[in-house]
Amino acid sequence: MVYKITAEADRQYVEEFRAKPMGDHSPGLQRVLNIMRAYRGGDQVILIARREFADFVIGRMPPLREDPIVIEDTRTFSTREEAEWALFCRRWREHTGEDIE
Amino acid sequence: MLKITGYPDRYSAEAGETLDFMVTLEEGETFDARLVRVVHGDCNPEGPGLKFTHIPSNADGSHAGKPQRIDAGSYAVVDRAPVLDEPFTFFTMLWPTLVRRDDQTIFAQWDHETDTGYHIGLGEGGFVSVTVGTETGPKTVRAPKPMVERQWYGLAVSIDPATGAVGIDQKPVRPYAHVDDRCTATLQAAPVSPAHVPFHFAGCPVGQGRYDRHFDGKIDSPILMAGRWTAADQDAVMRKVLAPEWRNRLIAKWDFSIGIDTADITDTGPYMLHGRLGNLPTRAMKGWNWTGEEHSWKLKPEHYGAIHFHHDDVYDAGWDVSVSVTLPEDIKSGPYALHVRSGESDVDATREDYISFFVVPPRDKARRGKRPKVAFLAPTCSYIAYANHAEHITARGVEILMNRMVHFGHSDLYMYEHPELGGSLYDTHADGSGVAYSSRLRPVLNFTAQYHSWLGGHGSAVYQYNADTHLFDWLEEKGIDYDVITDEDLNAHGYELIEDYEVILTGTHPEYHSTVMWDAMKDWIDRGGRLMYMGGNGWYWRVAFNDAWPGAMELRRAEDGIRPWVSEPGEYFHSFSGEYGGLWRRIGRAPNVIAGVGFIAQGFDMSSYYRRAPDADNPRAAFIFEGVDDEIIGDFGLVGGGAAGIELDCITTDLGSPPNMLRLASSEDHSAMMLLVNEEFGPVPPNLGGDQNERVRADLAFGETPAGGALFATSSIAWCGALSHNGYDNNVSRITENVLRRFMDPEPFDTGLSANTGNSQ
Repeated sequence: MVYKITAEADRQYVEEFRAKPMGDHSPGLQRVLNIMRAYRGGDQVILIARREFADFVIGRMPPLREDPIVIEDTRTFSTREEAEWALFCRRWREHTGEDIE
Repeated sequence: MLKITGYPDRYSAEAGETLDFMVTLEEGETFDARLVRVVHGDCNPEGPGLKFTHIPSNADGSHAGKPQRIDAGSYAVVDRAPVLDEPFTFFTMLWPTLVRRDDQTIFAQWDHETDTGYHIGLGEGGFVSVTVGTETGPKTVRAPKPMVERQWYGLAVSIDPATGAVGIDQKPVRPYAHVDDRCTATLQAAPVSPAHVPFHFAGCPVGQGRYDRHFDGKIDSPILMAGRWTAADQDAVMRKVLAPEWRNRLIAKWDFSIGIDTADITDTGPYMLHGRLGNLPTRAMKGWNWTGEEHSWKLKPEHYGAIHFHHDDVYDAGWDVSVSVTLPEDIKSGPYALHVRSGESDVDATREDYISFFVVPPRDKARRGKRPKVAFLAPTCSYIAYANHAEHITARGVEILMNRMVHFGHSDLYMYEHPELGGSLYDTHADGSGVAYSSRLRPVLNFTAQYHSWLGGHGSAVYQYNADTHLFDWLEEKGIDYDVITDEDLNAHGYELIEDYEVILTGTHPEYHSTVMWDAMKDWIDRGGRLMYMGGNGWYWRVAFNDAWPGAMELRRAEDGIRPWVSEPGEYFHSFSGEYGGLWRRIGRAPNVIAGVGFIAQGFDMSSYYRRAPDADNPRAAFIFEGVDDEIIGDFGLVGGGAAGIELDCITTDLGSPPNMLRLASSEDHSAMMLLVNEEFGPVPPNLGGDQNERVRADLAFGETPAGGALFATSSIAWCGALSHNGYDNNVSRITENVLRRFMDPEPFDTGLSANTGNSQ
């Protein structure tokens, strides 16, 4: 059985991720991230740099390349870290039902 | 989205030569161009920033542009084809691999202008179709049962042109319970209007010089026989020596196992209806009759009669020339680019590109003159291997490997929408088979300055070419005069091209090497050369070139190593050379034999630092640490924040690292995502990550060679990303400069050996 993310057990890692979205993570946070990031079919969420190092949006890449990438340009990010946090929040809600943003 | 890009006709040229550049312009009618020397292509605001030097040339100014497209998809054509106006049967063995695509061509003699002739194809769902041209237009009939993907079939399609009667007889080589794919159908089309046009396999002309209607899969042993026959006759007509009753009816009998290392197909029939291949389909493919008793196509060619065609194969984009640039006679050897620009870039579009190439010294030694002591071996084999690297598109799950979101820039969005650009040797075709050939005769979006890779470490995220610009910049900063030799030139000219250099610097990731290149480098080292291995995971994969397909390179991902796709069993030998492919390590030539170190770990998020090791205090290494007393080395850098990252190597004497290699420093404190590579373990251990496995480390290494030369290995792709830190005043830069200055000194290194005997003194 693959580990199931729960708010009760894994809330302790939320602040750790917000403080440092990239880099060496604790084993517990890395497990959460690995499960969140494992591809299970459907759209792949991607980071689109409209200007490198300055302007980012989130995109969704569909399973078939014939279909276009969907760009979520209603929200822009000035750093990768901001976008990573936004995606983490979205996935946290998907796994736990809890809104942390 | 990218609005302008292109490619040069070659990756290296001499001063005074003329290069052609092919450009596509996605908007507008003109673009500006200028020749530049590439100094630093990394736009990371934490680093030195973009640096280019304008070189006045005839490229300067405005040029006419237009959109140009790539006509992807491989095929075979037989130009000298008889008109099929009598009853005939087309036999073939077939292995379809993408049955969700409609309108695929297996074999055709079809005139697209008049809609006449024959087209034997495969329709959506795997149904064989026969379309004939009639007086009232095309008429199509279909087999009642589909073929199953990746299963071999015998197929016999008989046609009577006078009556329009069609027989489709499809017989699986291996039947399965509850799989209903055997069919014999007698169908009625209409009287046929034959066409006097070439025969085609796996694709058809569709007008304006384009081919389309491509087939995905293998075709093996196609035969044209007069008269109407069924699959029950196929065994008899496929025999190498035909019985007279068959021989006398034979129109053509193509044997794809002949000339595997060529661009030609051979007809063994009486009319010699030979043909040629377009867009580089994969050869040396095991056929329907492969048993496993032999794995080399050279030793048992009759088992390798299949060609694997793909609708997304590409060899030569064949674009019109947009700019011809004559290189100034006094231009120095080095990295250059044609900077093309069509307007201001903004958040929606990038309107410039740097089309890269190298200026190399004269290949003719008599014209070479006095050269610098230092050469940079431009890893063009690795650039070609990674050309349009699109695993972030073609393979899902990259995010978990990168340990962060997958990055797409404007070039990646363009790549996504233009699969006809062709993949890299890391990608798979749409049918799931691996891309075994990569060509430079097409736009290569990641062989350019400014490209921010989805794969590089956090920060600059440069990889391959753009990562190597960190080294170009440092060499300029330090005033080092150097030549550039490319991998492809080394493959063409061998040892003679490099014999006079005191020092050769590698790129950050010189991973791919042909046999000629490997031998040339080893000869140079063994005769006293001084190698500065400035990266990680070098000399890993064996590749091959072929004169029939200049500009293309082949790889078989055989047996072991980090493999984004895996060659099918029986398909480990290069079609280009007949050599066994895969890891150099599995051929008995581990990277350690060349560089003193070999691949040990990879991880793509953050980099770490080196800690000085006891060998740093060995007097033999004193010159390396002159002015460097630090215990910690490289705890900074543009690639992942440290000098040790991305891919790491270490000293392993069992694999061929010379026993006299000094371990000067080793990296440590890597994350759990820096993982031991799989050729380094048998049973999978639970402690693969750098946070738990001491073998996960980069060894900064040095050792002398018996001829008075030396090896210096940084063992990390991220090393060069640290060179510019603190205004180039840092311990990574200092160590690199100390080594380079000493290596440029022709004074032989002390070997501790008697000159005459080779014994210890």
